[in-house]
Amino acid sequence: MLNRTADSVARATPEPLARKVRGISDKGLAWLFISPTILLLLAINIFPLFWAIYLSFTNFRANRPNEVVKNLGLANYKRILADQDIWIAMQTTAHFVFWTILLQTLIGFTLAWLIDRKFRGHAFWTTIILVPMMLSPAVVGNFWRFLYEPQIGLFAYAVSFVTGIPATEISMLSNVSLAPWSIIIVDTWMWTPYVMLICLAGLRSIPEYIYEAAEVDRASNWRQFWSITLPMALPFIMLAVLFRGIENFKMFDMVNLLTGGGPGSTTEVASITLKRQAFESWRTGYSSAFAIILFVAVFGLANIYVKALNKVKQR
Amino acid sequence: MSLTSAHSVVAPSATSKRVAGTIIVAYALISIVPLLWIFATSFKTPPDSIAYPPKILFQPSLEGYCNLFSTRTRQTPEYINSLGPATGLCDETVRKRNMVIAGPSNFMPRFVNSLIIAFGSTFCAVFLGTLSAYGFSRFKVPLADDLLFFILSTRMMPPIAVAIPIYLMYRELGLSDTALGMILLYTAVNVSLAVWLLKGFIDEIPREYEEAAMIDGYTRLQAFWRTVLPQATTGIAATAIFCLIFAWNEYAFAALLTSGTAQTAPPFIPTIIGEGGQDWPAVAAGTTIFLVPILVFTILLRKQLLRGITFGAVRK
Repeated sequence: MLNRTADSVARATPEPLARKVRGISDKGLAWLFISPTILLLLAINIFPLFWAIYLSFTNFRANRPNEVVKNLGLANYKRILADQDIWIAMQTTAHFVFWTILLQTLIGFTLAWLIDRKFRGHAFWTTIILVPMMLSPAVVGNFWRFLYEPQIGLFAYAVSFVTGIPATEISMLSNVSLAPWSIIIVDTWMWTPYVMLICLAGLRSIPEYIYEAAEVDRASNWRQFWSITLPMALPFIMLAVLFRGIENFKMFDMVNLLTGGGPGSTTEVASITLKRQAFESWRTGYSSAFAIILFVAVFGLANIYVKALNKVKQR
Repeated sequence: MSLTSAHSVVAPSATSKRVAGTIIVAYALISIVPLLWIFATSFKTPPDSIAYPPKILFQPSLEGYCNLFSTRTRQTPEYINSLGPATGLCDETVRKRNMVIAGPSNFMPRFVNSLIIAFGSTFCAVFLGTLSAYGFSRFKVPLADDLLFFILSTRMMPPIAVAIPIYLMYRELGLSDTALGMILLYTAVNVSLAVWLLKGFIDEIPREYEEAAMIDGYTRLQAFWRTVLPQATTGIAATAIFCLIFAWNEYAFAALLTSGTAQTAPPFIPTIIGEGGQDWPAVAAGTTIFLVPILVFTILLRKQLLRGITFGAVRK
């Protein structure tokens, strides 16, 4: 009763007066609340982005700030698209992204599917499994160098124990054909829990009555898995793939510490190439152009993928 | 309907639970081995750490921790004997290797840098994020969806791509290798996460609370302060921990934009070297000290983890 009275009084109060009484208008408050964030992002993200776009058309070198900067037009972009090394780096990145996502999705989904059986103690063991993904990829990646050491490392020892290959011959980081797999193994170890957690949410979102109905219709377990479990968890799996795809496309820290791109350039993913060009060769203009190309690629692929994801969700 | 079952027809059988449990426990144990190995290595002596076959049982030693916190110089046994009795455990350990402690190492200052930068940027990101999230949640903001997507998209850029112009900009502004520069940068990276997560949390608080407060005579600002903020505490705390973990773990920006006074622990730990190569027990000791806070936070956060890692896209 009291509320209703107050409400009618509030409604009866003329608009300008109400605004004065309540201090700042809602619209003003909204901008007051939102603008600091937007300004910060404009200063730290967008302004530098435009600077990078400008630099990408020049031959600027950050280690020679006093030299005259020449405008090169699209020359940097043309050179990048014709550069053999850049294409090799893109292939290395694609190899890394493909295998890490495939392994993480397969293992992560299987783990989630098993955890969803809610055996005794599943909450505790789930927490244990989640630990690796919360750790610093740089600090942990650095320690994996020790685990990968040919003779004294635990990984080499475990592999030789299982396979019988002498531990001195298992040099994951310096062998040209094994090095790409060494970074895939560490990434899979770290990020499978991430995919698992999202898949688990997907599996738990499937209402039980659907399975009950399938049971009534005498659908086999196999059939239930393919016609209910997988399709209904698919949007979640795709979301996990999207997040991991973007992250691994940008991958820098773990690879930089584990192999630094080596041996040679066998594990040189795009970010490592970018760092070498920008902060070792100091080709600032050239590397800015490469950075812009990478950004457009991530952005474009993510956009296409999100559209596909929404289509799956609507189905 | 099934004729005899008293319990749910779709509950997994006891056998399938047992099999699933065994596989999960096995995976969990294997995946935790590298972390246990870091912990064990931090208590080994350098010779034990590089023994073949790798030692699972060993005499625990604090040499790794001593080496982590100190710098040492090699001396002749005669000189060491001429010194007085050892002043502490570390002094004693180091003298056994014919060395004396020369001074503190850079680990403590780097660790303190990590604390200052992580907490500073978390505070700023959560402060800005809470305001913006409330703005987006409660008011009709023109182009709200575009602005929210813009905020998220800043996180899609590869860190190295952002680092090139930031490096130049900070050089011009005198912000290179300063804690302030790193706090600003991490705030900008984290604010996108904070806005998205907190918007989800604030969306879940019924508007009726504020409306009731405003009818009682509170202004919009007072209603925000007295009714929304207390309701959002859990969400704000969870968001803060996610921001803290990101800033704590970050490596790429720290490695490229700091080199000395403002360097954080992640780029520093890999540079710890002893005589003739990496001093693995000291590296392991630094890694252990660095990881323990994160382990604690992970356990505190486990209910909110899913939300945090998907930017609030998936909620339980």
